[in-house]
Amino acid sequence: MKEAVITVNKLTKKFGDFIATNEVTFEVDKGEIFGFLGANGAGKTTAMRMLCGLSMPSSGSATVAGFDVYKQTEKIKQNIGYMSQKFSLYEDLTVTENIRFYAGIYGMARPAIKEKTAQLLNQLNLTPEANTLVKALPLGWKQKLAFSVAIFHEPKIVFLDEPTGGVDPITRREFWNLIYQAAERGITIFVTTHYMDEAEYCNRVSIMVDGKIEALDTPRNLKKTYNAKSMDEVFLQLARGAKRSDD
Amino acid sequence: MKQFLIFVQKEFYHIFRDRKSLLIIILMPIVQIILFGFALTNEIKDSDIAILDESKDVATVEIIHRLDASRYFNVARYLHSQADIEAAFKTGKIRLVVVFQNKFRENLLHANHAQVQLLADATDPNTATTVTNYATSIIRDYQNDLTANAPLPYQIEPQVRMLYNPQLKGAYTFVPGVMAMILIIISAMMTSVSIVREKEINTMEVLLVSPLKPLLFILSKAIPYMFLSLVNVSTILVVSVTLLEVPINGSLLLLMGEALLFITTAVSLGLMISNVTNSQQTAQMISLLGLMLPTLLLGGFMFPIESMPKPLQFMSNIVPSKWFFIIVKDVMIKGLGFKMIWKETLILFGMTLFFLTISFSKFKIRLA
Repeated sequence: MKEAVITVNKLTKKFGDFIATNEVTFEVDKGEIFGFLGANGAGKTTAMRMLCGLSMPSSGSATVAGFDVYKQTEKIKQNIGYMSQKFSLYEDLTVTENIRFYAGIYGMARPAIKEKTAQLLNQLNLTPEANTLVKALPLGWKQKLAFSVAIFHEPKIVFLDEPTGGVDPITRREFWNLIYQAAERGITIFVTTHYMDEAEYCNRVSIMVDGKIEALDTPRNLKKTYNAKSMDEVFLQLARGAKRSDD
Repeated sequence: MKQFLIFVQKEFYHIFRDRKSLLIIILMPIVQIILFGFALTNEIKDSDIAILDESKDVATVEIIHRLDASRYFNVARYLHSQADIEAAFKTGKIRLVVVFQNKFRENLLHANHAQVQLLADATDPNTATTVTNYATSIIRDYQNDLTANAPLPYQIEPQVRMLYNPQLKGAYTFVPGVMAMILIIISAMMTSVSIVREKEINTMEVLLVSPLKPLLFILSKAIPYMFLSLVNVSTILVVSVTLLEVPINGSLLLLMGEALLFITTAVSLGLMISNVTNSQQTAQMISLLGLMLPTLLLGGFMFPIESMPKPLQFMSNIVPSKWFFIIVKDVMIKGLGFKMIWKETLILFGMTLFFLTISFSKFKIRLA
């Protein structure tokens, strides 16, 4: 039983003459891991920011968790989680304080926060570090913690903007295990990345080139269509025609 | 409300964990007040002077004695000829040379007219004027004593009383001035830096995606720093009263209320600054230069506004510190009540409202 939680129809964002995102159309189903691929400057981050309510679309329509991106951004915000490209926890706060702060911002009750924090720390093997300042943690742990904080309030959808930048392959693998666990709980994952091995982990991927979605399918079908051995080759074939290269 | 409390708690974690900044914020007012109150006083005391006495009679010795005995002068050397005068000034230590002509007393008694020449080092014009005034009045005192037994047919004797500050202490203007300066810099800088910091470390993006209301964000940012600024007001007042012996003649409650209003003005300026920049350093520079310079130059406590050119006088009206300086002086030193300062209060209130409206409307909920 498929149920779309994100529907996007001809969504466009212009900055002056520059069309960052050009009439993109797609749907994302509940519990799906949706990979949003593209070279730097292809328009991924812009598209994602429109869906999060950070950026106003120029034209087209979209709903996130059933709410309109033009008029119901407040409702959208209550139903999504967000993890940005750059690391976004407070370094001078401890692990527990960071969790408590973000959970509090989403209006969770104190006892619930307390109980869930213990559970989460246990799951991440971070219990001994509960009162450590975040700046003392290794990068990989910080990323995992940031992701866990982003889904702490059990959002319907979580947006991840290149979450694994600068992380070693083992930690990346562990990170993806967390993503799978979240997806199993029914949280829809919308993830941008430029690591092609990560694309293989997604249920479906879309590939953006110069602001347009050039391909959208399961990794297996994409490889078949483009007669490629890996997603890397698929991507290279599509991105070769790209004119833009930088954000 | 819960969101608000949690946010404020987070701000206090930031404040208390940054020990260095906290120390600066707490100590800066104390250091400034002591600096301005003691070191940078505009009274001129114990100036070194030199004497060229070509007469050496009872009258000149008495005058020299009176000069030396006053707390303004210290007779550092006696010169022997006109040629020595230039040399004395060249040492850089002598501010004033007093020259008595030959037969001073004789002239005074027989011609009823004697001359004293006062030569001042006017490289610093204000000091030169003050020093010659002091000397003139000491000499006039001596003359009055001489004629006391034989009153002149007509005599006007000005009776001077310095009200509100009988000892003419510099601290009486510096305390309100420093208070205005410290509050505007610290409150505006802390608020703007703490907001811009969220942009720099990228947490702003996450907060913008969260359901946190912008108004709540701004309030949670402003209130901890308003609290710290009130702590600063208290330290400044305690140091002023105990160390500098500047009294609080008016109502303490009114003074604190006005301080709170001025802090709000400063915080709203900080909010405005945080709207126009994305880097902590820029925010700091704007707060320091953009707020400290107008406060120092046009605030009225360093340079009298009345003697400025008209355009600058006009400009000084848009400097919030000027109004706060007037309010503090009136309440603290003159002991006036709200009735006398409602106009200044209203102006500050209007400015605050204006800054707040601008920063609220400019606050970006969306990134683009």
